[in-house]
Amino acid sequence: MAYTDKTRGIYTEVLTGLKNAGLFKQERYIHSAQAADIEVEFPAGAPLKKVINICANNYLGMSSHPEVVKAAHEGLDTHGYGMSSVRFICGTQDIHRTLEQMVTKFLGTEDTILFPSCMDANAGVFEAVLTKDDVMISDRLVHASIIDGIRLCSAMHDTFKHSDMEHLEEKLQLHNDKRLKCVITDGVFSMDGDTARLDKMVELCEKYEALLFVDDSHSSGFIGKTGRGTHEQYGVMGKIDILTTTFGKGLGGASGGCVSGRKELVEMCRQKARPYLFSNTIAPPVVAGVIKVLEILSASTDRRDKLESNTAFWRKGLIEAGLIIKAGDTPIVPVMLFNAKLAQDVSRDLYDEGIYAIGFFFPVVPQGQARIRTQISAGHEIHHLEKALEAFKKVGKKYEILGKSKQEIIERYGM
Amino acid sequence: MDEMQEIIKAYVIKEYVEDDTELTYDSPLISGGIVDSFSMVSLKRFLENKYNISIPDDKATPEAFDSVNKICALVREYVK
Repeated sequence: MAYTDKTRGIYTEVLTGLKNAGLFKQERYIHSAQAADIEVEFPAGAPLKKVINICANNYLGMSSHPEVVKAAHEGLDTHGYGMSSVRFICGTQDIHRTLEQMVTKFLGTEDTILFPSCMDANAGVFEAVLTKDDVMISDRLVHASIIDGIRLCSAMHDTFKHSDMEHLEEKLQLHNDKRLKCVITDGVFSMDGDTARLDKMVELCEKYEALLFVDDSHSSGFIGKTGRGTHEQYGVMGKIDILTTTFGKGLGGASGGCVSGRKELVEMCRQKARPYLFSNTIAPPVVAGVIKVLEILSASTDRRDKLESNTAFWRKGLIEAGLIIKAGDTPIVPVMLFNAKLAQDVSRDLYDEGIYAIGFFFPVVPQGQARIRTQISAGHEIHHLEKALEAFKKVGKKYEILGKSKQEIIERYGM
Repeated sequence: MDEMQEIIKAYVIKEYVEDDTELTYDSPLISGGIVDSFSMVSLKRFLENKYNISIPDDKATPEAFDSVNKICALVREYVK
């Protein structure tokens, strides 16, 4: 037996270290479908508690939408449970190509290729389209999955300061001798909820003949007037060369992702991207569900409009309550507490009040920027948000942080 | 203190330091978390352009880039 007491001891020590440092992640078991109202078992073995969920990526409330659930059922009946094959052997059904064409139309691109997840899309795309003669220039706050994809690619890699367009231009000048330059950013940054200045980035990429990559996972379906994403908001639809997104958030919440963009780049992924070549694609019932999601969102903007008004209500309510939030207009609304223990204590007390929201602290966010990240959904009704606001006020009063400045909170609780 | 030390220190501060962290010529840049290993590439290219040299990839290690003084020593090996 290779797994000796010594080996076990090594791992036990690491895990104990995580627990002692307050970095040990514990799952909470949800006994209901994903929605605004959920039933949670936490800690394990505790009686079920009904809470309002304000930390899901369920931006459009599609995770349990009856029409989507029905479509997935029908997809299961007509196309089966799984494919038992990767795409290029015998794992491509008509509905996979249908979904790719629908996504292309929805995002306003040239072509699309599905991946098992957006994590896989980001892991595979750079290696498929760039070589050691090229350079990738990424925003310093891009998502972890992009960093993993960059690590797997032989192209040179450099970074620019978060959303600093002057710094990006300096980097484009510095690397102007490279065969291809690829500028890489998130559309909406998931921790702060701010958006990339895609109008400026397109301008710079045109000036220096660079490709532009955008991960729009926290935007697709609801950012922009018709919910096409950050590129719609900034008026640059058709100008993003590589756009990745997920079907695990606004677009249904189940799983799957894609690379959408210039047709040659999409074809390069089809020929070379390893997560596409060596992994099964999205299961048929999920494909059928996402097709229904896109049909619903293409027919009406009601859900993204409701999300927009819910978000405005929530942001205004938090500010009026005297809490500090990150400025912006996306449904990612971080309530800043700065201190890690305070963020955990507030999260626990909110849960006791029936509100499910999680504290984020270092290393997920920079030291001294601990927060409760709240995420608003079209599945929320005003009464959900009113109850959540009341809970924030009650807990905020307990910790005496209402109306306090960042400096005052840090002076009292530390960084 | 010489001109090269000052130029490199000023570049590191402008490029990587986003708060009021104090930097000395011996501050650990990579191991101290000031410069992430991804961002070393621009520092290497800056040095190559500024001093008209070519630093082989196998010499541009995190150890060799770990302080202003170490970077100066590396650059001097290649300046003619």
